[in-house]
Amino acid sequence: MNVKLRYFAWVRERVGKPEEQVEIPPTVATVGDLMAWLASRGAEYAHAFENRNVIRAAIDQNHVRPETLIKGAGEIAFFPPMTGG
Amino acid sequence: MKPTVRLQREPFDAAAEATKLARGRNDVGAVVTFTGICRGTENGEPISALTLEHYPGMAEAEIGRHAAEAAGRWPLLGVTIVHRYGRIEPGEDIVLVVTTSSHREAAFAAAEFLMDYLKTRAPFWKQVERTDGNAWVDAKAADDSAAARWMPQRRTSGS
Repeated sequence: MNVKLRYFAWVRERVGKPEEQVEIPPTVATVGDLMAWLASRGAEYAHAFENRNVIRAAIDQNHVRPETLIKGAGEIAFFPPMTGG
Repeated sequence: MKPTVRLQREPFDAAAEATKLARGRNDVGAVVTFTGICRGTENGEPISALTLEHYPGMAEAEIGRHAAEAAGRWPLLGVTIVHRYGRIEPGEDIVLVVTTSSHREAAFAAAEFLMDYLKTRAPFWKQVERTDGNAWVDAKAADDSAAARWMPQRRTSGS
């Protein structure tokens, strides 16, 4: 499936870009699978996703858990724990 | 009651926002106004500024969801939340929460709830400027604990 990925804060810095359009293989079913697949794409991705427990995700601007399925997603974002307020 | 949620670079006027919610009504008995301010230190180290990055679209949507949840939990007559982004210096305002209700309990509780949720679920990230360079602020476990206080309590059997 083709989907837009967005990265924020130090995830964005490590990946080296704020967003990209990617073609994801059908074997990648969940948010957790997607992080593992992204980590395999290159050194900068491996560095960004080296501690997946710390990475948070949103699908179409809603918080999701690692076990959430990505099917049908238009936009998936990855970011560190939030520090607003 | 439709909450007001705004993201902006510019400073806000807390008193003016509170007045907007209370003026011209005879049912508001309580107005609670909370302002979060940029301090001059982070983890004991002096900072010259902080920069707030945010996820446009999701930030407004997520804060809107928090405001709607607050309105569902407490009898609120008004809610206004303003969150700044961009570069902010010590002493400047960062975030405003105003809640109104007939009696004080709802306004106080909702304002605290909204801040605890904002700290843990609103997609903003702070980066501080220090003399030795910039650094991302880590999320605090204390904020997660504060937000968890508001989760529904599980019923224990027999109670």
